[in-house]
Amino acid sequence: MKILVCIKQVPDMESRFKVNAAGSWYDTSDLAWRLNEYDEYAVEQAVQVKEQLGGAPEITVLCVGPERVKEAIKKALAMGGDKGVHVQDEASFEKDPFEIASVIAEYARSEHFDLILTGMQSQDRGSAQVGVLLAEMLGIPAVTTIVGFTLENGAVTAKRELEGGLKAVVKARLPALFTCQLGLNTPRYPTLPNIMKAKKKELAALAVADLLKVQPLAVTAKMTLPEKKAGGVVLEGEIGELADKLIGILKEKTAVFK
Amino acid sequence: MKALLVGEYREGKLLGSTYETLAFAQKIGAAAVLFAVGSEGDLPRFDGKLYLADAGRYGEYNPPAHKALLLEVIAKEKPDLVVLSHSSYGWDLAPRLAVALNAAQVSEVVDVRDGAFVVPACNAKLRRQVRPKSAVTVVTLQAGAFGLTGEPAGTPAVERIEAQAEGNVEFVGYEPAEKGEVDLSRAEVIVSAGRGIGKPENVEIIASLARALGGELGASRPVVDAGWVDHSRQVGTTGQTVAPKLYVACGISGAIQHLAGMKKSGFVVAINKDKDAPIGEVADVLVVADVLQLAPALVEKIKAL
Repeated sequence: MKILVCIKQVPDMESRFKVNAAGSWYDTSDLAWRLNEYDEYAVEQAVQVKEQLGGAPEITVLCVGPERVKEAIKKALAMGGDKGVHVQDEASFEKDPFEIASVIAEYARSEHFDLILTGMQSQDRGSAQVGVLLAEMLGIPAVTTIVGFTLENGAVTAKRELEGGLKAVVKARLPALFTCQLGLNTPRYPTLPNIMKAKKKELAALAVADLLKVQPLAVTAKMTLPEKKAGGVVLEGEIGELADKLIGILKEKTAVFK
Repeated sequence: MKALLVGEYREGKLLGSTYETLAFAQKIGAAAVLFAVGSEGDLPRFDGKLYLADAGRYGEYNPPAHKALLLEVIAKEKPDLVVLSHSSYGWDLAPRLAVALNAAQVSEVVDVRDGAFVVPACNAKLRRQVRPKSAVTVVTLQAGAFGLTGEPAGTPAVERIEAQAEGNVEFVGYEPAEKGEVDLSRAEVIVSAGRGIGKPENVEIIASLARALGGELGASRPVVDAGWVDHSRQVGTTGQTVAPKLYVACGISGAIQHLAGMKKSGFVVAINKDKDAPIGEVADVLVVADVLQLAPALVEKIKAL
């Protein structure tokens, strides 16, 4: 069995974001980078399948992006992936989901993966498209937003998270693609020995130009900071003072103390 | 400009989000036709054409069939835009349509400006303007971003639609929401804990503030996923939608899914160390502070009142 996990490296969302000089993306200097949180669940699910099947499956971890994304691949390898594929692209941020999915499809088509796992979305773009686009391009079933995954006899019973706490239970035969929602499992922390082992695992580099065969269907025209709510009050200062001020506002504006 | 709006039914009932697609069409001045896999017994109020596919036949989760049905309607109507909600249904179906149509897909649209679609980025800390380059564009709309100004009216002219498509995913059934310890939808005051509280031991600090204010403890998704707080206390699209008179968000950055669940609150206080946290956009008062210090101070002073 062959498993592909598609991951992305994203900035820490607690960062203070600035728009770049061209006004076309966020400024990438001074940002801390990490493995996209949703993708951690995808990696963990792949490793759990490998464990369930007695170590037989081979897990390939693929990431499109600049040199620094190797760190995200290495983390996924330290969590239990077998080999990494780095699609080198210094300008991946300018590509739309259709181009990114096409690049991955171009690679995956000849590899015949049985199971493909991705996060349901990235934390920076949040478009929730690449996984489904990839499955459609490969002509395999896609199940999105899963919070439950059980593999049995070549078929996966998955729970899809719907709105309001409702879940839909669906079943798909492999090969199939699943996009992972938070809470699907508990992603493991890479242990030090596994981090050391990951350094020795194969990490292939592919040039994006060799895989990109399409034109973008959408472009980012502009990046801006959101407008702040008009009339919202911002309180800053010493704790005791803040507490007094806030209680004063609540007395005036709400009925909680009446 | 012509828009094909994709309505949503769940378990045979029309979802209110269908009307948000209508409000979007109104806002951009597009002529609209509706499509839904739903039931004759619960039709949307709409003065126009509705292509209705039978929910009994096409199932609640059958993307290849829903895609095939929509492609039929698209061939007939030749819309410029196909509009869905950014929901578990919409974000699942939209990319499938995009591939079939070789169309741009733009996710989670919150506004349209200078002919570009405005979408959030980086957990709503940034806004991105996206310009499609394809003849048809498939968009999904952020929940609550486009409200109707008035009650919709009218009776749609229903046209039945059918299509052949093999489902490659079998729908087994629904699993209902777990019944939990509390019904937050009735609470007048909710004090919610977010990831910013740091560790499970600190939940009690937030809970004591909730008690001091005569309210209930709520939580954001990461806190519930981590098992610190029961799922029944989760506020957001996948938890509960709440409308208290006072909502206090403690250490909650303000992910869109959370904001969608609490935006009907009367008065919103956010306590966060990060002045730029998106929760500040919806807060009436943003207190820039460490909630683990501020909450005990508040409790003490409230008790002394």
